[in-house]
Amino acid sequence: MKDLLDDECSVIVQDLTVAYKEKPVLWDIDLKIPKGVLLAIVGPNGAGKTTLLRSIMGLIKPAAGNVSIFGQSIKKQKNTIGYMPQRGSVDWDFPTDALDVVMMGRYGHLGWFRRPTKADKKLALDALDRVGMLDFSDRQLNQLSGGQQQRVFLARALVQDADLYFMDEPFVGVDAVTEQAIIGLLKELRNQSKTVVVVHHDLQTLSDYFDWVSLLNVRQIAYGPVKDVLTNENLRTTYGGRRAFLMANQPFVD
Amino acid sequence: MFVDLFHFNYTLGVVMSGAFILGISSGLLSSFAVLRQQSLLGDVISHAAFPGITLAFLWMMAKDPLGLFLGAIISGWLGTLFVHAIVRYTSLTHDAAFGIVLSVFFGLGIVLLSYIQQTPSSEKAGLNSFLFGSASTILFQDLITMGVFCLIIIIFIILFWKEFKLLAFDPNFMNSLGFPVVKLDILLTMLLVMAIVLGLQMVGVVLMSAMMIAPAAAARQWTSHLGFTVLLSGFFGLLAGVIGTLFSNYIPHLSTGPMIVVVVSLFVIVSLLFAPHRGLIWNWIQTYYYRSNIRANSMLMNMLLFSETQTDPYHCHQLSALSAIGRGPALRAMHELKRQQFVRNPEGDLWGFTKRGYQKAQRLQATLFKDDHGY
Ligand SMILES: Nc1ncnc2c1ncn2[C@@H]1O[C@H](COP(=O)(O)OP(=O)(O)OP(=O)(O)O)[C@@H](O)[C@H]1O
Ligand SMILES: [Mg+2]
Repeated sequence: MKDLLDDECSVIVQDLTVAYKEKPVLWDIDLKIPKGVLLAIVGPNGAGKTTLLRSIMGLIKPAAGNVSIFGQSIKKQKNTIGYMPQRGSVDWDFPTDALDVVMMGRYGHLGWFRRPTKADKKLALDALDRVGMLDFSDRQLNQLSGGQQQRVFLARALVQDADLYFMDEPFVGVDAVTEQAIIGLLKELRNQSKTVVVVHHDLQTLSDYFDWVSLLNVRQIAYGPVKDVLTNENLRTTYGGRRAFLMANQPFVD
Repeated sequence: MFVDLFHFNYTLGVVMSGAFILGISSGLLSSFAVLRQQSLLGDVISHAAFPGITLAFLWMMAKDPLGLFLGAIISGWLGTLFVHAIVRYTSLTHDAAFGIVLSVFFGLGIVLLSYIQQTPSSEKAGLNSFLFGSASTILFQDLITMGVFCLIIIIFIILFWKEFKLLAFDPNFMNSLGFPVVKLDILLTMLLVMAIVLGLQMVGVVLMSAMMIAPAAAARQWTSHLGFTVLLSGFFGLLAGVIGTLFSNYIPHLSTGPMIVVVVSLFVIVSLLFAPHRGLIWNWIQTYYYRSNIRANSMLMNMLLFSETQTDPYHCHQLSALSAIGRGPALRAMHELKRQQFVRNPEGDLWGFTKRGYQKAQRLQATLFKDDHGY
């Protein structure tokens, strides 16, 4: 892997260590994410994937290390990042409709006190259209299926009009058709030279969908272009005994 | 009767205005509390405010409303800080922290109250009203303090509308946008404390938590729009205040605070039962209606299937051949279809399409399974 120059990178993470109370969940992570790639963060449950995204975005204070985004501290770059949280992180019985949620993606650009304008509404409707949800714009949240909620969240991220996207498990609970549509959109963003960082669980689709991958399990096991990193050796280190367990009922020759 | 009802004397006017202000502010704030799943926090705050009232009284040795309010606000606020600290620095969960803070603060308040009872102050009598609420102790100067707090609450809700909405729905995302979520949380909790403290004298520490849940719980049943939920919740609050005051004024021996709580609880019951879309009874009717509609449609589809085996689509068949859903429901569905002139029943057990019915069945076939999933 050739060394990346700093100004070719959208994100630079140095020596990042994060702990909840005394338990470290990320240990000494170094990460240089080039501009215009689709990067997957892969690892077992509890590996610290969500924590990594959240600490890059400045939502969690690290115990050590630093993060820079487009050469600046995250505080100065809030409006260049877009975020799609895990779907389960909100109450979907909240009294509002899909359009209103998508419009929330504009709040960062609006700043304090200003209400969304007609132009914001149009952007939101366009985003709903791109994720195939235009007909659902006035649908109450509690009348949306899981996959539809996922797409509303995606539309909200799109409407942020960011240069760098963080998406936490966008493919969980969506059907194959929706998954194809979502990855199509993500590739479209990448082709507009935006950087998209995605927490992903499916090893089968990894090389089809992504350019780069970070294998994570508290420490970063391996990082780089997918074809260089995706080796059996690396996967075994990442998933440890659990991968062996998954493969236990296959004939096991070693 | 009506003239009599609205022939306000001065005291009733003061009490009524107090109930009005209290209802509106607790109604507005309760919707945010309930949507943020913090309904129990209201109970903690109201109990935690009590020692503040007694301490403020001991400090001033007088029942100055502003002083008592400030005392209540500070100790109510301290209570929420303790809850946060306990959850953060110990392994206890929220409900345990709520329980501890509520009982410790309230206990302290009671101890101080019994101490005050032994002092020679002439004004101490009024303090009891903070326990179970007493409208008759409300004075005009109390009204002014309440009114100012209520106005502050309304102005802040209007000003921070978009911010509070996002805070309630998705604080994580809000944080990623660069908004100071913790500060906004503090602001909203502060308003909640104000709304609670403002009602303590009329409704009392013990029942005030109902005012922080009931109006919003009722309002949420009727609408799925945040703006309407908040407005309706405020409206239910003030309506309960006004009706409760009237009841307790015209029926002897009913005190105002508890009466207000009873009225607002009635609103909740009625809303749970009768509200469209979310109400129980509405759901029963809907389910019945949809079910019979689906049965009728499925009969039409069955008949269409049969008619495709015939040269004449209007040929009649026996019901037993058509029905796949049990004879009783099938017969009921057919009679309903006949009433709407979709099928005819020329003799005995023979049933066939009318022209209208045949067209309807074809339309159904075209639309029924068209997908509804976007992409
Ligand atoms: N708020 C918290 N307080 C304490 N520990 C936490 C907290 N959030 C996460 N953890 C712990 O940190 C570790 C990493 O969590 P994280 O959510 O980052 O995992 P993840 O890789 O996203 O997992 P998943 O695949 O299940 O989403 C886990 O062991 C978890 O128990
Ligand atoms: Mg996660």
